[in-house]
Amino acid sequence: MSGTFLGMPAFPRNAEKALRDSQLRFNLRNATHTIRARRAAVVEELPDWDRLRAAGKAIKDDALRNLDRYLVRAEEAVTRAGGHVHWAADAAEAGRIVVDLVRATGETEVVKVKSMATQEIGLNEVLRDAGIVAAETDLAELIVQLGDDWPSHILVPAIHRNRAEIREIFRERMADWGRPAPPDLTDDPAALAEAARRHLRERFLTAKVGISGANFLIAETGTLVVLESEGNGRMCLTLPRTLISVVGIEKVLPTWRDLEVFLQLLPRSSTGERMNPYTSTWTGAAEGQEFHLILLDNGRTNALADEIGRQALRCIRCSACLNVCPVYERVGGHAYGSVYPGPIGAILTPLLRGTATDLDASLPYASSLCGACYDVCPVAIDIPEVLVHLRAKVPHPPAERLGMAAAGWTLNRQARLRLAQRAASRLRRLVPRRRLPGPGAAWTDTRDVPAVPEESFREWWRRTEGREGGDR
Amino acid sequence: MRVGLFVTCVNDTLFPGTGKAVVTLLRRLGCAVEFPEGQTCCGQMHVNSGYRDEGVRLARGFLEVFAGYDAVVVPSGSCAAMVREQYPKLAAGMGATRPGAFAGAHRGRTRFAAAVAAVTPRVYELSEFLVDVLGRTDVGAYFPHRVTYHPTCHSLRGLRVGDRPTRLLRAVRGLELVPLPAADECCGFGGTFAVKNAAVSAAMCADKIANVEATGAEVLCAADNSCLMHLGGTLSRLRTGVRVMHLAEILAATEGDR
Ligand code: SF4
Repeated sequence: MSGTFLGMPAFPRNAEKALRDSQLRFNLRNATHTIRARRAAVVEELPDWDRLRAAGKAIKDDALRNLDRYLVRAEEAVTRAGGHVHWAADAAEAGRIVVDLVRATGETEVVKVKSMATQEIGLNEVLRDAGIVAAETDLAELIVQLGDDWPSHILVPAIHRNRAEIREIFRERMADWGRPAPPDLTDDPAALAEAARRHLRERFLTAKVGISGANFLIAETGTLVVLESEGNGRMCLTLPRTLISVVGIEKVLPTWRDLEVFLQLLPRSSTGERMNPYTSTWTGAAEGQEFHLILLDNGRTNALADEIGRQALRCIRCSACLNVCPVYERVGGHAYGSVYPGPIGAILTPLLRGTATDLDASLPYASSLCGACYDVCPVAIDIPEVLVHLRAKVPHPPAERLGMAAAGWTLNRQARLRLAQRAASRLRRLVPRRRLPGPGAAWTDTRDVPAVPEESFREWWRRTEGREGGDR
Repeated sequence: MRVGLFVTCVNDTLFPGTGKAVVTLLRRLGCAVEFPEGQTCCGQMHVNSGYRDEGVRLARGFLEVFAGYDAVVVPSGSCAAMVREQYPKLAAGMGATRPGAFAGAHRGRTRFAAAVAAVTPRVYELSEFLVDVLGRTDVGAYFPHRVTYHPTCHSLRGLRVGDRPTRLLRAVRGLELVPLPAADECCGFGGTFAVKNAAVSAAMCADKIANVEATGAEVLCAADNSCLMHLGGTLSRLRTGVRVMHLAEILAATEGDR
C-alpha cells in the first residue's frame, strides 16, 4: 500500500487527536447521519432485501472460491475483445506497469476516475515520481488532491471538509493544476460545482490517457463496470485514446446476470439511491482505443488464505459500514492510516498488509463490536467476527497477556473466583472510585468505578440457601 | 422445569443486587431457580480480546455446569449472545488460529461442538425467558418512576430481543417509559474497548448521556450491567443525578418494597 502512511502512530493516538477537532466531528456526524437515514429508507422499500443480500453474498463467495478459474476466463475474454491483460503481484509491480504503459504513449498527463485500487497502491505518487501528472476528476477526489490531503471516506473522500474549506482550497490551488477558480467564488454548492466543472472540462478535452479502477469485472464476457454519480468517470473512460484499468482480483463476478443483484445492492447501500446515475461498462478495446487491464493481488491471496478473514474480500466498497460506525463517526478516516477506513478498513487493512506495524496491529481493536456494520453490509460480511478473529492473531502487550492469564486462571475455578471476590470485598474501602492506578486510569479519566459490594452473589446464595456446592 | 441462573462474573462480583432481583422475580413467577455454584464466566472478555484458548476453556466450564438444565437464564444480553452466537462459531473454527494449541484431539473438538449444540438453544436472556418461555409481559411489578431504556448492542443486534424489554417495562405499574433518542447507537463500552480506546469510548458515552438527559428520566435502564457500569460511572462523575438500574431490578420491585 501507499508508503505515505508508514510510521503513523497507532489508532488510539490518531483517534485522540481527531477527537479534539470539533469541526471534523461536526462535519462527520452530519454527513454520516444523512446518508445513514437515506440508506435505511431505500433499503426499507425493498421487501426482498434479505434475499438480495444473501444472493450477493453467495455470488461473491462462489467467485472467491473459484477465483483462479474466473480470472483466467476474464483474461481470455478481455484479450479476445482486443484488450491487454497484465498481472501485478503487489503495489510496486502494478505501479511499474502503469508507468511503462503511460510512458509508451509519450504523454505526461493522465486523467483519473476515482478508484480505491489505485489509491491503495499509491499510484498518483508513483506517477508523480516518474514525471507524470495524474489529475483526479471525481469532485470529492479533486478536493482532496488540490488540498494535498488524504481521503477520509471510501465514497465521499472529502467528507471531512465543509463548504468554506472547499472554497478556500479551490481559490488557492486550482490555478496550479489548470484553469483557476473564478475570483468571486462563493461557498454556494452550485458555484463550487460549476467551478469544478469548468476546471475539469479542460482536462477531459486534452487528456490522451485515462486511468480507472472498476467495481466489477465480469468473467464470462471480460466486461468492466464502473458505477459513479457525476459523469466524470464516463468522460475519462471514453475520451482518452489509451485506457488503463487497475482492478483488484476480488472484483470478479462469474456472469453478466450476476450484475443485476449488485446494481440493486450497491447504490442503495452507498448513496441511498434507488438506481445508480452513471453505470459504464466496457469490454476490451473500443474503436481507435487501446485498453490495458492490470489485475492486482497486493495481499488479496493472503487474505483469501485466511478462512475467517476471506469474507472481507466480498466487500463491494459501498461504505455503508462506515456511515453507521460510531467509531468512524467520531474519528474520521485518517485515524485508520489506510485508504480503507472504518469497520471494513479495520479488517481489510490488516488482512492485506499484515499486522507487523503498531498501527496495523491496533486496527482490529478499533471497534466496540457493536455489530451495526454487520447489520448494514449488503454482502453480509460478519465484520465483528473477523475483528475478534484478527485480535486472536495480533501480538498482545506482555502486561495485558499476564493480566488476561491471571483473570483466566481465577475464573477457571469457582473456588479461585470466590477467594478473589472475598479479597476484593475485604479491600473494598481501598479501591479508589476516581483514580485507578495503571491501565485502569483510562477508565477513571471520565468514569467512576462502581463500589465493590460487601458480599458477592455467590456468598449471598450460600448464606441464604445454605447449600454447599462442591468446589471444582 | 429446572431453571439454572447464570448470573455472570460481573454481576456476581460487582452487582449482586441484579442476581438477587432475578431470583426474587423468577420465584414470584413460580420458577424453581437454582444457582449452580460451579459457574464462573462465559469467556467473552477473553475471546473478544483475542485470547481464544482461555475463552474456550471457560466456555467448556460453562457448558459442563449448565448441561442438565431445561433453561438457563442470563441477566446480560452480551453474555447470552456470547453463549448463543459465539460458542457455535468457536466450535466450528476451533483450532483454526493455532492448530492443536487447545483442541488438540479431534475428539475434544467434537465433544465441544456436541455440548454447544445441546446447551445453547436452552440459554435465554432474561427478557426472552420471561416473554417467550413463561409467556409473561406483566410480571406484577410496581415502580413509580420515569424510566428510559437503552437496548444495548448485543441484545439488540446479537440476540434480537426486539421490544421484549420495553413491553415488560410498559406493563410495570406506575412506571412512565420515555423513549431514548438514538437508542440503537452503541454506548461505547465494548469490553476492553473502553480502556484500549478510552477517548473514543468516552466520546460515544458523552453523546449517549446527552440523549439520556434529554429524556428527563430519573432512571436509565438496560439489561446489561457492563454497559450500565460505563454509563453509570460517567453519570456519577458528571453528577447528573440519573440512576442506572438493571431491568431485573425494576421488574423485581413491588408495592411491598416501598
Ligand atoms: S464491508 Fe460491507 S458495508 Fe462495508 S463497504 Fe464493504 S460491502 Fe459495504
